[in-house]
Amino acid sequence: MTSLLNPHRPPVFCPGCGHERVVQALDQALTRMNLAGHQVAIVSDIGCSGLFDTFFNTHAFHGLHGRALTYATGLKLARPELTVIVTMGDGGLGIGGAHVLSACRRNVDLTLLVLNNFNYGMTGGQCSATTPSEARVGSGFLNRLEPPLDIAAVAAAAGAPWVRRVSGYDAQLAEAMAAAIAYEGFALLETRAICPGRYTRRNKLTPAAIEADLAALPPVEDLAARNRRAEYGRAYRQEAASLEPDAEPAWIRPQFAPVEAGRQEIVILGSAGQRAVTSGELLCLAGATAGLHASQKNDYPITVMRGHSISEVILTEGEIGYTGIETPTTVMALAAEGVARRSRLFAGLPAGARVIKAADVALPPCPAKIVEVDFGALKIRSADRSLAALAFLAARREVLSLEMLRAAIQLRFAGAACEQSLALVARVAETGGA
Amino acid sequence: MRLTLMEGNEAIGRGAMAAGCTFFAGYPITPATTIYNTMLQLLPPAGGVCLQGEDEIASIGFCLGAAMAGARAMTATSGPGISLYSEQISFAIGSEIPLVIVDVQRLGPSTGSATRGADGDIQFLRWGNSGGLPVIVLAPVDVRDCFELTVHAFNLAETYRCPVFLAANKEVSMTRETLDLDALCLPPVVSRQIAPPDQPYLPFAPGQGRRVPDFVPMGAACLVRQTSSTHGPDGYITTDADQIGAMQHRLSEKLLADVEAFTHFDWHPAPGADTLVIAYGVTARAARSAVVQRNAAGQPTALLVLKTLWPVPEALIARLAGPFRRIVVMEMNLGQYVREIERVLGRRDILFFGQMNGELIKPRQILEVIQS
Repeated sequence: MTSLLNPHRPPVFCPGCGHERVVQALDQALTRMNLAGHQVAIVSDIGCSGLFDTFFNTHAFHGLHGRALTYATGLKLARPELTVIVTMGDGGLGIGGAHVLSACRRNVDLTLLVLNNFNYGMTGGQCSATTPSEARVGSGFLNRLEPPLDIAAVAAAAGAPWVRRVSGYDAQLAEAMAAAIAYEGFALLETRAICPGRYTRRNKLTPAAIEADLAALPPVEDLAARNRRAEYGRAYRQEAASLEPDAEPAWIRPQFAPVEAGRQEIVILGSAGQRAVTSGELLCLAGATAGLHASQKNDYPITVMRGHSISEVILTEGEIGYTGIETPTTVMALAAEGVARRSRLFAGLPAGARVIKAADVALPPCPAKIVEVDFGALKIRSADRSLAALAFLAARREVLSLEMLRAAIQLRFAGAACEQSLALVARVAETGGA
Repeated sequence: MRLTLMEGNEAIGRGAMAAGCTFFAGYPITPATTIYNTMLQLLPPAGGVCLQGEDEIASIGFCLGAAMAGARAMTATSGPGISLYSEQISFAIGSEIPLVIVDVQRLGPSTGSATRGADGDIQFLRWGNSGGLPVIVLAPVDVRDCFELTVHAFNLAETYRCPVFLAANKEVSMTRETLDLDALCLPPVVSRQIAPPDQPYLPFAPGQGRRVPDFVPMGAACLVRQTSSTHGPDGYITTDADQIGAMQHRLSEKLLADVEAFTHFDWHPAPGADTLVIAYGVTARAARSAVVQRNAAGQPTALLVLKTLWPVPEALIARLAGPFRRIVVMEMNLGQYVREIERVLGRRDILFFGQMNGELIKPRQILEVIQS
């Protein structure tokens, strides 16, 4: 194969810049791997490494600082056959740290070339996440306060299955790159080289010193190899292939006559675990079986099984319009938590409104008609209380009818849950709502 | 009839599927999470990809990468996440990447109230990009709109190669409503125009008489360049002021000149009315209730419900609102879109009511404003 370098746009780095060696080595690696330009996408970050995409006749994607891995991930998952290579400096590494860690953990088949030159070259040589504490850089004393990050060790710890450090002056640089690119999974290759424009103006760093530093570091290859596992995209497609496609829901068939006319506003005031939200949904479904329009809004805290659980349902013959509760027609006061949350509602209830009040719940003063239900005496569990309250209303042919409720249960539940719910409704219906 | 009970967010997800969405990425955030849940349920079994990013920046970044590979992509978030999206939104605008972005607005500022609705991001969506170029923002009123406007949003993203926002609101997105799927009015699915394979490809050069460049998916035989830097038609950095100016002008004009092609609205005239109510989003529902009451009481009042908020449908607003003596605007913020109405109509006497307390604006409040 021939070189993929773009003859019209040769590298434009400062004289002696280590990046130029990386450009040449990358081209050698791609050439040896017999990759054609259209089989490769180079996703470049910001800074001097961000120029890489322009030097190659490949697909090119250049975006925001630190985010190159995010584009590469989307690109690779949408086009698994593409060879996707990300070039990033030590700057991108720092600003995009969360993406680097996640890429290690995710193991999408990407190659990340970290072009570490120990400082921000393009903006004037400020310290980066890899600047040695003793270096003199454009950030005054700040780098003395923060130790440098060993990205290869971090990547191995974060789950990357292929990690290597290599000197930009290593004769095997192209081989190392080819191995990283060939690996099916996330491969991170850190190249260390000199930034003559900024870093070595005030710091002494030679290829030999880089070699010596690398030799002194604990090796990471074996640590990373322990992370080897199925590539993310391959595993994803395998998992997805075993999923059942989404089944069509059971469509609601309007089949009954509604039991009440006009806009009904029903508020279920319960506590967590009383299934107020599920009962609100059942009420909507029941309304729909009688040809009514229905809406439901819920209010519950972020905790599960603690605190209030409130459902607000509107049933109307026509379009619903405003979805808020203006004048409740029915309030189901099932638990102190729900009542406390909406305590201001009670004083404003119209005299014509009805309140289904659990016997163990106290209400603020209220002009509406109150019907007390002793769920304890009926041996209704707390978890069944809101459904029992619906059944109680249905038995009285208020808000909904028993056939509407049964149809709603059959739409919402299947199997044992459906049978148990229907049995509960039958048991409450026997009381006749008295 | 396919009658169902559906939450707004589920309708957005199902609308996305109907629009041919193949890629979704998001980060869980109330009140947008159920969009992600819906996509996770629907997309992978259908051969698509649904991802959870490590943060919002990654999530939208995944979408940008996938969109450049040819995917029809969507992401969804709320105020804190849309703030993080900002740099990527600017990228999508300037580099013409098709993407649907759902902002399920919650009460701000900042983390605000996760479970309280608001329309506080309306100007932020318009101006939350560096460079200030125009964007498309659609605002659903109800669950049906969530479905239909999502399909339109995909079509617009494909047609104009740009991010398209759905400015939802917790009060629409997390409300369940009865919905007859057979009664939906869905447009045919539109795809981005692909460049002819027999001609040299310049990624940012529109064809003759067009303002939108043809697309080639990254990975095709023909090489594609994408860059967030100021670029010429070839996708390489340029410093040519004429070229730069022409591109910025084109990015603006491709949307501004075409807004009438995608101006969605509901118009409820009332014979003899001298008062017009203008609303959008969930507030339009209370406005409708209030206006119906007014008309029933023999006080004719017209209602304009805007569903395309940006670019501002100036011609429509001028044409419909122009003749009215009194204009009433209300929104779930302290006065954002009313500025646009004032600007378009050249009037400072618009009656405005804004509320930002986590509660819906009630029909009664609207009636009070109208009668004031």
